[in-house]
Amino acid sequence: MIGLEIHCQLTNLQSKLFCSCKANYRSFEPNTNVCPVCIGLPGSLPRLNQKAVEKATMIAMALNCKTPQKLGFFRKNYFYPDLPKNFQITQLNVYGPSSIGEQGKVAIEEKDIRIRRIQLEEDPGRLIYEGASERTQITLVDYNRAGTPLVEIVTEPDFENPRQVRIFLNVLSDLLENLGVSDPALEGAMRADANVSIEGGPRVEIKNIGSFYDLEKAIHFELTRQQSLKERGMPTSQETRHWDDKRKITISSRTKEEDEDYRYIHEGDVPWIVMDSESLERWKKNMPESISSKKDRYVTKYGIPPQVADVLSSDKYYSDLFEQAHNESNAKEIANIITTDLMGLVDTREKREQSKLSPKHLSDLTELIQSNKITRSSAKNALQEIVRTGKPTSEIISQTSLGKISDESEIAKIIDEIISQEPTAVKQAKENPQTINFLVGKVMQKTKGNADPAITLRLLKEKISSHE
Amino acid sequence: MSLAISAIDYIDNVKNGNITSEEFVAKTLEHISKHDKTLHAFLSINDKALEQARQIDKKIKTKEKVGAFYGMPISVKDNICVKGGKTTCASKILQNFVAPYDATVVSKIKSQDAIIIGKTNLDEFAMGVATEFSAFGPSKNPWNTEYVPGGSSGGSAVSVSALECILSLGSDTGGSIRNPASFCSVVGLKPTYGLISRYGLVSYANSIEQIGPMGRKVEDVALLLNHLAGKDQNDNTTIDNGSQDYLEEIDAGIQGKKIGVITEMSSGEGIDKNVESAFWRASSVFEKLGAKVEEVSLDLVRYTIAAYYVLVSAEAGSNLARYDNIRYGYDFDLEGYEFKSYISKARKIFGPEVTRRMILGGFVPSAGFAGKYLLKALKVKSKLTKQIQEAFKKFDFLISPTVPILPFKFGEKINDPLSMYLADINTVTANFTNVPAISVPFEIHDGLPIGIQIHANILQEKQLLQAAYALQSTTSLPGAPL
Repeated sequence: MIGLEIHCQLTNLQSKLFCSCKANYRSFEPNTNVCPVCIGLPGSLPRLNQKAVEKATMIAMALNCKTPQKLGFFRKNYFYPDLPKNFQITQLNVYGPSSIGEQGKVAIEEKDIRIRRIQLEEDPGRLIYEGASERTQITLVDYNRAGTPLVEIVTEPDFENPRQVRIFLNVLSDLLENLGVSDPALEGAMRADANVSIEGGPRVEIKNIGSFYDLEKAIHFELTRQQSLKERGMPTSQETRHWDDKRKITISSRTKEEDEDYRYIHEGDVPWIVMDSESLERWKKNMPESISSKKDRYVTKYGIPPQVADVLSSDKYYSDLFEQAHNESNAKEIANIITTDLMGLVDTREKREQSKLSPKHLSDLTELIQSNKITRSSAKNALQEIVRTGKPTSEIISQTSLGKISDESEIAKIIDEIISQEPTAVKQAKENPQTINFLVGKVMQKTKGNADPAITLRLLKEKISSHE
Repeated sequence: MSLAISAIDYIDNVKNGNITSEEFVAKTLEHISKHDKTLHAFLSINDKALEQARQIDKKIKTKEKVGAFYGMPISVKDNICVKGGKTTCASKILQNFVAPYDATVVSKIKSQDAIIIGKTNLDEFAMGVATEFSAFGPSKNPWNTEYVPGGSSGGSAVSVSALECILSLGSDTGGSIRNPASFCSVVGLKPTYGLISRYGLVSYANSIEQIGPMGRKVEDVALLLNHLAGKDQNDNTTIDNGSQDYLEEIDAGIQGKKIGVITEMSSGEGIDKNVESAFWRASSVFEKLGAKVEEVSLDLVRYTIAAYYVLVSAEAGSNLARYDNIRYGYDFDLEGYEFKSYISKARKIFGPEVTRRMILGGFVPSAGFAGKYLLKALKVKSKLTKQIQEAFKKFDFLISPTVPILPFKFGEKINDPLSMYLADINTVTANFTNVPAISVPFEIHDGLPIGIQIHANILQEKQLLQAAYALQSTTSLPGAPL
């Protein structure tokens, strides 16, 4: 059995959870995105960011969780150098439900994964070990991250294998991005710990897993380790293990984190919030359309094939482009362009950020294809230029002679050239009409794909049959 | 020109040109340098006070807009942050801490042209009833320097009582304003929880403590409250008071009001006979002023001391955890320490009372013990709140002696925490139930002051100050013998 604890930063918020420092701390010099509140100076008090409650509640609703009647915060007390106050303001359901959400579920392919609870809390600062080794004498602390709004999502132990974990994390990551609350692709924005046990065995927690790719590996390693201990008749101990990124194994932590007593107390500086149904309704109404509802719409309204609709709906970047570019008549073609031609051009975060493509480019391009002014393959070439330069579609088409050649005399001239260059192929084509495609290809090569394929084929057939 | 004038008189005199802020501040500083060696009300003095006074005088002269305090010297308890100066909380761990920001109350009074004359002494992190737990030595009671001034806002009470300023800001977690006010014969108000912003007050037990005004006259305290109260975006627990004017109609009297005498606080074994008889005299004064006085029992009061020390320890354990000596504190050789042993070594710098509460604070909310201690304490708090709310359906005010005993001598209680904690028995109820309470000087017995405590319901400070003013107007007490 596998359960997950996922931490996700609300990266799209303007400010931290309890002060007005930036939630996006990544571009700052160390310890410059800080204030008396987030470094816990004596006398400072937390000032709750209401937007964080709203966005976190949207996550809870999207994960089909129950939301509490009264929302409260608690202090988790422990000493650690990355924690400015030596307590973390977080949430707790021990004294009745008061965290952002609980008892939700998420459907992945074959089953439902139950969500135990969701809580809103502050991210600690970052520790930087000089020389990146645990043996180093110097640990540097950067509080720029301290206080960043963090949502913890805890699942029930419903996963049977690492593959389900991977699918779930992809679904969750797409969902968070689609909600517009977080950019999971940002470094450190989404982290996960796993609880792993085999039948009859105790629970082992794995921490310090850097990426989802490693998470799958770590779980796989841990399952194998526990299985092999069992086969040799040795006991598995209940413990916390750390993922060793270099050796790709889990190792027992020296600290016994199970023994930690967090001495939770209510955070009196943040008053209880009554979750009135009016706000909840408003927030629900403000939630973006869900991925599954988008997908259904794409399939039923526009007749887009399910696989294409799947790709389009689950990636916020693509679906945003689609939503802005499409109309009733061009939807299918736009979906096609995005999921076949565009995908390779903007497959990384950097490429997307650099891309100059606008939704209008896509609708213009589709119009040119649908009115037979350019071919699909020239559209693909044009797209490359558009992404690079952002120039208007028409300009790119005319500048780079990507316009479709449908002038029969022009094509005929090229065909004549090809026929004289390829006597063998012509002979073959005469005997076996299937091989004429080779010659069509030659014409396309010569015209960089711009010759109208229908006209080319018709003319070729005519010329070959009259050729002696 | 006397330093023993009220805030109201000071403002009139400066407005009329009888005195200047510079003259008054200079004289105050002179007075402080003469007496504070003995009294030790201050931990630091504002060395720019005279310059600031001159600036304000200049504004007055050139008829610029001047703030409501007209350069009045006001002292501030040293657990409230004032930008650029030290805020030590009378603790060695913060002996070099310079706050980079002003507490909300400080920026409010600064913007009204008050002069922060200095930072006053307290029990370390406001834990104590005598200032004996200040890491920098106790303050002395100006009525008799062999006696404690009360605490924890002892320095503030002394500074007001000994004419070292006109007004002071204290803080009250379980009586820390009212107790020293009573012991030093000054007026001290613990307002409704949330009436005054705590932003910039170094937290000790944040769910029950408040900053409050202290002065020699009820009307002075009302004036200061006018400039402290109200919602603050930096403190989510603050509440809107509708910009009430607490000074207006302060002389309205208490004709026809209903007053309850809290039985558990006003008679019985723990109460000093002299305090008790003074209290009953005060009770009959209220009757003469036209109020109807009756006894009322709040039987949960007997559990409040136990519950109070459990709750404040739990919160202190958390609030003071940040003093790990990494960002504030003192240097020692790191050799041989790992993180946890380093922290435990670093925290040996705390004094005995802070240490006691930190140890308790580690215990009472811990797994397996929270149910027996912290949760029970919280239960007392919520039941007592219900009980006092029930009483306020019948009464406008609830009264008691502020402290059941007279000021005591130094060293008398320092080694007996339980008897020391009992000094709080009459004051913690207001903190536990969020209601405002004020201590008003009433009598001097054998040269030692006795104060009367009045409670009102939540946000009823205006009524409360009217009652306090009515009581004050029946007394004619001498100033502290200097």
